[in-house]
Formats: sequence, C-alpha cells, structure tokens
Amino acid sequence: MTRATLQALLSHWWRNPLQLFTLLAGLALATALWSGVQAVNAEARASYDAAAATLGEGQYDRLVRRDGQPMPQETYVALRRAGWLVSPVVQGRLDGVRVVGVEPLTAPGGIGPVDPVQGGDITEFLSGEGQLFANAETALALPDLNVILTPEAAPGTAVTDIGVAQRLLGKLGQIDSLIVLPGQPKGRADLAAVAPDLTLQPAQGGSDIGRLTDSFHLNLTAFGLLSFAVGIFIVNGAIGLAFEQRRPVVRTLRALGLPLRNVVILMGAELMIFALIAGVIGVALGYGIAALLLPDVAATLRGLYGADVSGTLQLRPSWWLSGLAIALGGTAIAASGALYQISKMPLLAAAQPRALAMAAGRQAVVQGVFAAILLCVAGVMMFTANGLIGGFTLLASLLIGAALALPLILDRILAASSKIATSVTAQWFWADTRQQLPGLSLALMALLLAMSANVGVSTMVSSFRLTFTDFLDQRLASELYIRTENEAQSAALVAFATPRTDIILPIQSADTEVAGQPTEVYGARDHATYRDNWVFLQQAAGPWDSTFGGQTVLINEQLSRRAGLNVGDAIVLQGTSFQIAGVYGDYGNPIGQAVIGEGVFATLYPAIIPQNFGLRMDPVAVPDFLTDLEATTGIRATQAVNQASIKAISLSIFERTFTVTTALNILTLAVAGFAILMSLLTLATMRIPQLAPAWAMGMTRSQIGRLELVRAVMLALLTAVVALPLGLALAWALLAVVNVAAFGWQLPMYLFPMDYARLGLFALLAAAIAALWPARRLARTPPADLLKVFSNER
Amino acid sequence: MLLTVQNIHKTYQTADGPFAVLRGVDLTLDAGETLALTGESGSGKSTLLHLIGGLDTPDQGHIHLGELDITTLDDNGRAALRRGTVGVVFQQFNLIPSLRVSDNIAFQARLADRYDPLWDATLAERMGLTPHLNKYPEQLSGGQQQRVAIARTLAPKPRLVLADEPTGNLDEATAAAVLDLMLELVSETGAGLLIVTHSTELAGRMSRRLHLRAGQVA
Repeated sequence: MTRATLQALLSHWWRNPLQLFTLLAGLALATALWSGVQAVNAEARASYDAAAATLGEGQYDRLVRRDGQPMPQETYVALRRAGWLVSPVVQGRLDGVRVVGVEPLTAPGGIGPVDPVQGGDITEFLSGEGQLFANAETALALPDLNVILTPEAAPGTAVTDIGVAQRLLGKLGQIDSLIVLPGQPKGRADLAAVAPDLTLQPAQGGSDIGRLTDSFHLNLTAFGLLSFAVGIFIVNGAIGLAFEQRRPVVRTLRALGLPLRNVVILMGAELMIFALIAGVIGVALGYGIAALLLPDVAATLRGLYGADVSGTLQLRPSWWLSGLAIALGGTAIAASGALYQISKMPLLAAAQPRALAMAAGRQAVVQGVFAAILLCVAGVMMFTANGLIGGFTLLASLLIGAALALPLILDRILAASSKIATSVTAQWFWADTRQQLPGLSLALMALLLAMSANVGVSTMVSSFRLTFTDFLDQRLASELYIRTENEAQSAALVAFATPRTDIILPIQSADTEVAGQPTEVYGARDHATYRDNWVFLQQAAGPWDSTFGGQTVLINEQLSRRAGLNVGDAIVLQGTSFQIAGVYGDYGNPIGQAVIGEGVFATLYPAIIPQNFGLRMDPVAVPDFLTDLEATTGIRATQAVNQASIKAISLSIFERTFTVTTALNILTLAVAGFAILMSLLTLATMRIPQLAPAWAMGMTRSQIGRLELVRAVMLALLTAVVALPLGLALAWALLAVVNVAAFGWQLPMYLFPMDYARLGLFALLAAAIAALWPARRLARTPPADLLKVFSNER
Repeated sequence: MLLTVQNIHKTYQTADGPFAVLRGVDLTLDAGETLALTGESGSGKSTLLHLIGGLDTPDQGHIHLGELDITTLDDNGRAALRRGTVGVVFQQFNLIPSLRVSDNIAFQARLADRYDPLWDATLAERMGLTPHLNKYPEQLSGGQQQRVAIARTLAPKPRLVLADEPTGNLDEATAAAVLDLMLELVSETGAGLLIVTHSTELAGRMSRRLHLRAGQVA
C-alpha cells in the first residue's frame, strides 16, 4: 500500500518537473544562504576560541601594569618568591603575526601549543631554540623561522617559548602580563607590597573579541535569516501550489481506500525527503558562498575589531547539521498549513481544484489583522526600541508586517484601477490581474523583502561611506605619519622635523578601563589641527581650551553610549578625576577613547614615550623631507605613511566591511527574481482555462502574451513603490537603533535617489525577464489546448 | 445476502436549514445480481451509493456487507472496506493524472495487496486499453478514461461494485460499449453491481431496478 501510494504521490513531481525544481531550488538556495552565513560565523567563533585558548583570555585572572606598559622580568621573579603562582606572557607583532611567548612549565593547561602534527619536539621548545607553533596559513608569513604546524593554533598567531618571543619581539627582560593560576597558596604576600604598580584584572568568562564581535555576527545571522525567509517564500509557494493541484488526487486516494493518516504521513515524508536532498545541495552551495565571503569577513573583523579570523574554511559538523536542520524545519513550517488543510479536507467535497483566489479571500482578513498588529508593534518600537534585540524586533515586525500587508495594498490598488478603466481589454486586464494576485503574492512579498533590504542596507552603507569619508578627512589631517622604533629615534625625529614642519603632533596612548569599558587614553598637543577638524556630538563651552589646559577630558561616542557618560560627568584616569567637556564621533573604532592634554598625559603616564607622530607640513615637501630624514637620522621611508595611503587603507577596510552584506543583498534579490520566475511559470500552467474565454472572444494569443508581460512588470513596479518607504524605514532602524547597539555610534541618514531608481529599474528588468518565458509559452499555446477548455473531455 | 440496507437516514445541513436526503431506505442485493438505482436529481441516489461504499456515514440505520455492519466501522475500517471489498466507479473517472494507464489500472489492487498482473492484463485487453497502457489519462478520450476507471475498480476483484453514473459523460455508442464490458466482467467475477443512473435504457439492462423519490424507495 505504502509503495503504491508513494509512487502515486511522487509521480506528480515527475510529471511537473518545474514544480519539483522550484521546490528543491528554493529550499537549496534558502539553505545555502543560511548555512553560508553560519559557516562564516562558526569559523570566526572557532578562531576566537582558539585565540582565547592560546592566551587563556577570559579564563584566568591576570596581573598587568596600571599604565598598560610591560613589566620587568624581576617583578615576575619577586612575585614567585612571594608565593604567587603566576605564569609570564609576552606578546607582540612580527611580520603581521601575533607572537605569543609562554612559559610551558608554569602556564596552566590548555594554554599554548597543542598536538603538533609534525616535527614537534617539546625539548627543543623548552630549550629556547626558536621553535614556534602556528597553523599553516600563519607559518607562511614566517618563512625564516622554525614553525611547527598545529591546526588548532589560533589564526594569525604563533606560540613559542617566552625567551624566544622576547628575542624576536625585542622585549628582552620584559613581560606583558602574568596569568594568575587557580589555587593560590594562602598566606602569600600582598600584591601591593610585592608589586605596587601591578593591578589584578579579573577573568571575564569570555573573550573580549567574542563579545565585541557578537553584534557583527548577529547582523550576519539576521541577514542569513532574511535570505532564508525569502527562500522559504518560494518553498511555501511551491508546496501550496503542488498541494492545491493534488487535492483531487488526495480525494481519489482516500476514495480508493487509503486512510487519511497514511496520506498525511506519506505526503509529509515525501517533503522531508525533498528537504533532505535540497538541504544537502544547499549546504554544499553554502560552503561555496562561505568560502567566497570568508576572506572579506576576516578582513572586516580584523579591520573593525582587531579580531584574527582564519581565512580558510573547515567543514564543521555544527554548521552543516544546522543547515540540514533548517532545511527540514523550513520545509515543515512551509508545509504545515498545506498538510493541515489536507487533513481537514472532507472526502466527498467537490473534487475540483479550489480556486486560489477564494482561499486568499478567506485568509485576507486574518492576514490583514496580523499585518496591522505587526506594523503597530513596529510603530511603537520605532520610538522605544533600544539595544540589538529591540532593533531586530523592530526590523522583523516592520518587514513581516509590510510583507503581509502587500497583497492587500496591491488588491486595493488593482480594484481602484479596474473602476477607472474604460476599455473592455483594460477592464479584463485589471480583473484578471486581481485574480492572479493570490498566486503571485508570495513571490511579490519575497521581492518586497529583497528590495527593501537592498534600499535599507544600501542607504546605511552609503550614509556610512559619506560620513566616514568626511570623518577621515577630519581625523587624518596630518600630511605625514611616522613611527619610530625607539626613544632615540623619537628624539632624532623631533629634532630634525621641528624646523622643517608646521607642527609635530605626537600620537601617544595608554590602555586602561573607564567605567568598566576598555579605553585608550590619548595625550594630544594643543594645535589647530584638533580645534578646526574634530566634530563634537555634545560639547561644553571651550572644550579644547579646558582639555589642553589639563582640566577636562574628551571622550568618543562609543564610550559615552556604552558607559552612559555625558558632558559634565566625571571620569577617573590614574586616580585623577576629569570632567567630560565633549563627546566626539569616532567611526570605525571598536573601543572607548578619551583625549586629554599632552601635559597631563605625561604626568599620568610618565613611562610612555611617543613613537608615533603626525607631521603638518606642505604636502609637496614630503618626498624631499623623507629623503633628508633617512640620510640624517636613519629613520627609513618605510616607517612613514603619508595621509593618502592611510586614507586609502582605511577606506579599503571599510569597503570590505560591507562587501559581505552587499553580496548577501544581491543574492537575496536574485532569489526573489527566481521566486517571480517560478511563480509565473507554475501559474502559466493553470492559466489556460482563464485565458481561453478571452481568446474565444477575440483577443489574440500574442496580445494575451504581451499583457502577461505587462502584468508582471506592473506588479513589480507597484511592489517597488511599496518597497521604497519600507527600505527607508529599515535604513533608519539600522542607523538609529541597530548600529548604535552593535557598534556604539549613530550615523546621520542621507538619501540616494539615483541608487533607488537604479534598483527599481533592476527589479523591473528582473520581473520582465522572469515573465518573458511564461508569457512566450502562453502566447504560443496551441489553439487545441485552448479549445479543450470548452470540451467535456478535458 | 451480499448487501442489506436497513432504514437508512441521512440529513445534510444547508444554508436553508437541515435537508433530509434519505428517509428510511431499505434494499438488498445478492452476489452476481445487478441493481439500477434511479431517481430524479436530489432524490438521494448518490448519497446512498456513498454510504454503501463507506465514503460517508448514515445518521441512522444499518448497512451490512455479508455479516459485517459497515456503519460500525471507524475511518480506517471504512478505508479498508473501500480498498478491497467494495469498488466504486465515479462519474468523473477520478484517475490519477500523473500515473500511466497501466499504473492507474493496477493502483487499487496494489493498495489492497491483491495485485495480479495476469488479471490486470486481461482487464486491459478486454477494455481495449492495451495500446494505451503507457499513456497518461489526459491523452485518452472520455470513454477510454472511463474504461480505465472500471478496470481499476475490477482489478482487486471486489465483492460489490458501485457505479455512479458511469456513462454520464459518454456519448450513446461509447456508453453502450462500456456498459457491456462492465456487465460482462462483473458477471465473470461474481460480484454484485449497483448502478446509479438517470438513463432508463441503462437501468433496463439491470436485473432489478429501484426508484428513489424524495429520499425514499418509491
């Protein structure tokens, strides 16, 4: 019985391969986009975990110097002698690789190198003979060193013995931090007595990078979900249509003696088999998408958050299993309504296809109520949403509410159009379009989502681009930036440059914490470069005068928002309280920043000698200046970066930041175009009985075909008109709510009418291309097929 | 007795209130016997056929197939009855459009686990369907489709064959040919045949005739 029934059910798909293709392709695309994003997320998280494991980030308390500078090795020895169980760590960058030096004998388990796959020799490691552990990608950057390949190593990180690290990094006798091991002996000496300049940083139960990048991954996940939702619209449409067409068959099966339960179970099983097949295809496609996106994501995370992520992809069970699970779950959701209707279908009802329009009519009220509720929620959230969860709730209610409302809005527009139509053809066209609306509504909803996401994200990115470019012009005002290698070079540079430049601006900073937020404190020299260029979001009177005078501090927007600090509040740096005189925009910076006067900085952080300098000078004189500088002081031209290069690097990091979202945008729009094509193709097979009377009454087949094309373009146009305000609302929510929660800064919103017009044209073009084939098929329908409509033998 | 229908009542709810379709109908049918059920539209013929076929349940009364009271069966029991014991030929054919003619003929027998390839081949040949076995229903004429439906019904060799206007969609000559074949094959299997029809000519070819009027046997 089961075999015969399955054969009957599956035969529907073999006889309707286009429908089967739509179902499988829709589901595969949806799964691909979702699992692609998840693969990227999984890879990034694995990288953070590996990095955290390498350094024990978040797992152990640490001792660091209050001023953020390295401590002498003697401090470590003193603490060990005083009974402290601590293990030293040195870290720094060598040829772009993060080199971490640990002492294997005292480091806690799980930190440092693990399971080298080839050539590992712990004796060599311990003997300080220069052995490093890193993954293959990192090893390529260190061709002259003895690197042992370790797949588990954190990306961009090489671990070695502390002595080797000190030598490679030029930090002989220095230690950056001390890991405090669990189970410290009682009665050990007080920290303040042994090392008064050290402070204890408690374990935070998770890496800073992990927390910082959470919002980025949440954004990606939200995009993945949106793409998946668009794909599921296709699946839902395909399943709905297939079940609609199979209603008579289901009645026949039941009339011939198949129990209802068996019908439902077998139809469900049939779909799950398809879901599994499509899921496997989707996961494979997702792997391809992830492999394409990962280098850009890695660059984004490195540029925006300083997080190292492997640029190569591994097959992780967590994501391919989640890809299959979401394919099955998505199918179950998309099919549940149709299966429920089948289970409630009376055996003896008229065995003819129920008109889609009638079903839509019954659902319209429910859909309208849901749309109204969701749009009301979105309206309220626009004024109250706060944080990422609130932001995404706003986005979800706005998008879903608008998608549900779309068929009702289009129906009203079409009804109004049919009233003002004068010719018979126009009246038939509008009435016929209204009749097609239920069948096309899912595809149009998918188009609406894709277009509004495109408008929203492109508005956000373009607004960001404008603001960021202006911001770079303000912040990178110096014509030349030079990094010195040591104190002597700094002094030589200052001596050489002072008579040859307008001003030398030292760029000096110390890492600290303000109100629990990781913060960089900068000491700025009093100069018009700052006064003229920096833009404040909030300010007290004369913020620069009081700051350069040493009485106040300026903080960035991120620190202001995260710590709830505003102008007039006070913060404490090295025990000294400063009132906040201004909050400035600081786009692209992941952490808090505070600026104080150069003089007070030197008092609070006396150990810090500036090694970065901005030089204000005539840009034309830069090449000669660099030549003379090298000849006189030995500071090489490679230690200098001109303003244009820094801007180019910053802008390229920024552009790559949004490559991922742009790629997902294009993919989502492509999926929506595919949804329209498939809907039109499947509807075309059901159109003959509707078109035959019009043909019989004198319309030509080519006229009918042309009208089909016009109909698709017109519906896409109406959808685009609805998508524009929705996309702008989406952009506002992204800029004013999600961005603030995710990155800590708010951006002004600009409008880009030409971009929207171009997108609208693309959408119309996509709809026209999608409609071309079905319209051509209809225009070429043989008269015999049209005549069958009027025959009893059909 | 193959079929015994006792005091069957059936009422439908309509927009104008309850409508009693059947009001105390009794009938009997022996194995090998043929019975025509006639009556005007709305007299309850098709409803009675559906109740006997286990497609619907009566509000009152009993229907016995042999010793089995089918009004006591649940949904699964009635489904099992339709699979093997009773075969129904519908006016609209109700073939499965995505299956070839050969698979359509074999379908009900396979559901009932009574598939006999030889008997299927015999049915196809007697029905003149052999050249069309690889075609899909939409490629056949109405008469051919109805012959496929009859073959499908007879393939599991049911004890009782019910036919609802089996020639209603066919022209006169085709209808006569289809009916001849059906009577011949039913007679060979020894099943009982109950046909619902408007046609007096068709009814005249049955061994017995019962006329329904306003839900009662006239």
